Amino acid sequence: MAVCHVTDQDFEEKVLKSDIPVLVDFWAAWCGPCRAIAPVIEELAEEYAGKLKVCKMNVDENPVTPGKFGIRAIPTLIFFKNGQPVDQITGAVAKSTIESVIKRILG
Amino acid sequence: MAEIYDLAIIGGGPAGLTAYLYAARARLNTILIEKLSPGGQVLVTDFVENYPGFPEGLPGWELMEKFVAHVKKLGFKQKLGEVTGLELNGELKRLKLAGGEELLARAVIIATGASPNKLGVPGEKELTGKGVSYCATCDGPFFRDQTVAVVGGGNTAVQEALFLTRFAEKVFLIHRRDQLRAQKILQERAFANPKIHFIWNTVVEEILGQEKVEGVRIKNRKTGEISTLPVDGVFIFIGIRPQSDFVKGLLPTDERGFIITDCEMRTELPGVFAAGDVRAKACRQIITAAGDGATAAYMAEHYLSGA
Repeated sequence: MAVCHVTDQDFEEKVLKSDIPVLVDFWAAWCGPCRAIAPVIEELAEEYAGKLKVCKMNVDENPVTPGKFGIRAIPTLIFFKNGQPVDQITGAVAKSTIESVIKRILG
Repeated sequence: MAEIYDLAIIGGGPAGLTAYLYAARARLNTILIEKLSPGGQVLVTDFVENYPGFPEGLPGWELMEKFVAHVKKLGFKQKLGEVTGLELNGELKRLKLAGGEELLARAVIIATGASPNKLGVPGEKELTGKGVSYCATCDGPFFRDQTVAVVGGGNTAVQEALFLTRFAEKVFLIHRRDQLRAQKILQERAFANPKIHFIWNTVVEEILGQEKVEGVRIKNRKTGEISTLPVDGVFIFIGIRPQSDFVKGLLPTDERGFIITDCEMRTELPGVFAAGDVRAKACRQIITAAGDGATAAYMAEHYLSGA
């Protein structure tokens, strides 16, 4: 499944009300490490299709949601389960680091 | 039987990409392994103004896009992965990737670069992403009209302090010495910038705050005086450490972990080369990393041809 793009408007519907856990990548065009991590995010979206929804939110275009979750660094990855944030990773990290969190969340 | 590459390059920053360019032009069957997308530390550099050929300067990511476009012209073969183990002694080198996959190559160039040092003080880990940052270009815009501290006195610290003045109302530059190590041109700009306030001879002892950074506890090294400085963000640029943990015990390094080579990028082991910031050397710039990469690929070609 491809990466979905979420906005302040559809965040509740696409992320908080999702039936399966969601990984949201908060990013911006001017952030180099966000670019660096992009292919990893795309691979994860494919590999965990059906089990984990993978979304991206542009923090420049959507000021409300990042503020709500206290984001002061990007890339930040927040994992949501049943409408609640359950884990968070800050900065560009290796795929294996992200996968270890995903595996824990999917149980 | 798995494919055997002539050359495996570990790391896709300026050193690794330049090595790939030279190896591909030498028609070596080459693969580059990178754990993120190519670019390395340059991706966090807001503006590069000391790479020859670009007199106007350009954003770090843009320069790296040009490096990648260049190798793509030569049929760039890359693998998204993280090398966790190596067997380097025989004629055939074995690279073990996270996830269990293995790659075989006759020669290896290690170009894994470096990552920012941590201060190692209370509050730093807890508040990373909540006001503690190692990347001004990533996180600077979150501190519009706020007060931030930059820790360090080298090129990166001063350049990033200057970058942060675009957003922050006030930037404190906290440095442990009484003068900067940064290049003179950067010093001149920093001293002329009314938003930058220097705090000399001072170290950060603790980063304060619960949900987000609220301040730093600092100590003057000369007088011993301890005080609290209220800030909304702390940007830490106190040098780098090599990303060389995976060669520990396999290759000689200096006391800080930088891989020791001769001036032709050869390590102690035949067919194993190191290039760029991961190598023990004095000058770590994009141009010197690229130079290392070219030399390493050239020497790998010679090694493989038995010359």
